[in-house]
Amino acid sequence: MGLLSKKDAALIKDPLADNNPITIQVLGICSALAITAELEASIVMSISVLFVLGVGNVVISLMRNIIPSKIRIIVQLIVVATLVIIVDLVLKAFAYELSKTLSVFVGLIITNCIIMGRFEAFALGNGPWRSFLDGIGNALGYAVILIIVGFFRELLGSGTLLGIPVLGDPIEKTGLYAFGYENNGFMLLSPMALIVVGIIIWVQRTRNKTLIED
Amino acid sequence: MEHIELFFKSIFIDNMVFATFLGMCSYLAVSKKVSTAVGLGAAVIFVLAITVPLNWLLDQYILQPGALSWMGPEYADYDLSFLSFIMFIATIATMVQLVEIVVEKFSPSLYNSLGIFLPLIAVNCAILGGSLFMQSREIATLGLATTYGIGSGIGWFLAILAIAAIREKIRYSNVPPALRGLGITFIITGLMAIGFMSFGGMLTGGEEESTNPQEEVQQLQNEEENNEFGDNTTN
Repeated sequence: MGLLSKKDAALIKDPLADNNPITIQVLGICSALAITAELEASIVMSISVLFVLGVGNVVISLMRNIIPSKIRIIVQLIVVATLVIIVDLVLKAFAYELSKTLSVFVGLIITNCIIMGRFEAFALGNGPWRSFLDGIGNALGYAVILIIVGFFRELLGSGTLLGIPVLGDPIEKTGLYAFGYENNGFMLLSPMALIVVGIIIWVQRTRNKTLIED
Repeated sequence: MEHIELFFKSIFIDNMVFATFLGMCSYLAVSKKVSTAVGLGAAVIFVLAITVPLNWLLDQYILQPGALSWMGPEYADYDLSFLSFIMFIATIATMVQLVEIVVEKFSPSLYNSLGIFLPLIAVNCAILGGSLFMQSREIATLGLATTYGIGSGIGWFLAILAIAAIREKIRYSNVPPALRGLGITFIITGLMAIGFMSFGGMLTGGEEESTNPQEEVQQLQNEEENNEFGDNTTN
């Protein structure tokens, strides 16, 4: 990390754990929960957010001195919406099936609170390079949670990872299934996403007592 | 009849919070007290009831493929649907600002109770989600779009009211320290969402009844396939 000073490195590292956008700042929950039944969808969603947040933070940071503060929300929304349209068109062109699975949730990146939250809290007051790092850091923090949730839901729910069966064949009864293991279809239902995130929060706060709320 | 069906469907079966997780951020952030939750919920109903029909008109007469044909036959080939995100969000942001100004001018008391929540709402996913679902589910008429907007607003209102009431009570319970606050709220919401899934059979009873048992099996399998995506948003 010779490229980055200590302060800059913290911008990337903090959101990964102790200042995680989902579990600590409580931003951007909506999309995190709805699309995590499969690992692949989680990864694609993470990459989309990484792109939008990284580029968006830089754009807003460059414009921060010319945006009148009264209409800044609308300006921010237009910037995000433009970036999201790019993501949406790219997904439709190169991964049509996946874009059907994600359905309206690609569009909902626009109102993903992480993005507006970082624009407001960071990009409006900092230079482009630091804003870029902050955007990447927060998007990675978001991605970590999405991928953990997606991993467990797909593994326990359908016994596959990225669509590849890893626990054996449930019909032929090979691998784990030979011992009477069954997939827990319940994990695929959307309420389980909430409970999995709840458990992640529990684990995180047990390890780091300073995060506990009263 | 169509209206009543859509109304109850959007409140219970396709509940914004429990079925599609929209508006979760403000749902979690503003649900510590019942009184503020009621204020935000009312503002969401209000804004959804305005923006969904408005965006329906935009979608129908400007954005859809071929929607511009009212301007003349030479415009019939235009497809502006790629602009829908930016149009919808601009409409929502403008309407929220406009509603705020109008309410402040004509009803200061309403402004005092709703006003502080209105700016929050522009970035509430439930509002944009309402418009996007309206578009992807191809709701047929302006009246139905209004019903859908009001219904999903009420669904969101019910959800935030319920969780706020639970959170007020749970303060007196002995929750494990690491779960206090956010963690337990997530888990409760998950349990409530499981409860709301049982509304799923409410409206399908009469309509999808098939006489042939083989078809029924087929239908069940289809439903299972649909459920694999975790929610019923894939249509």
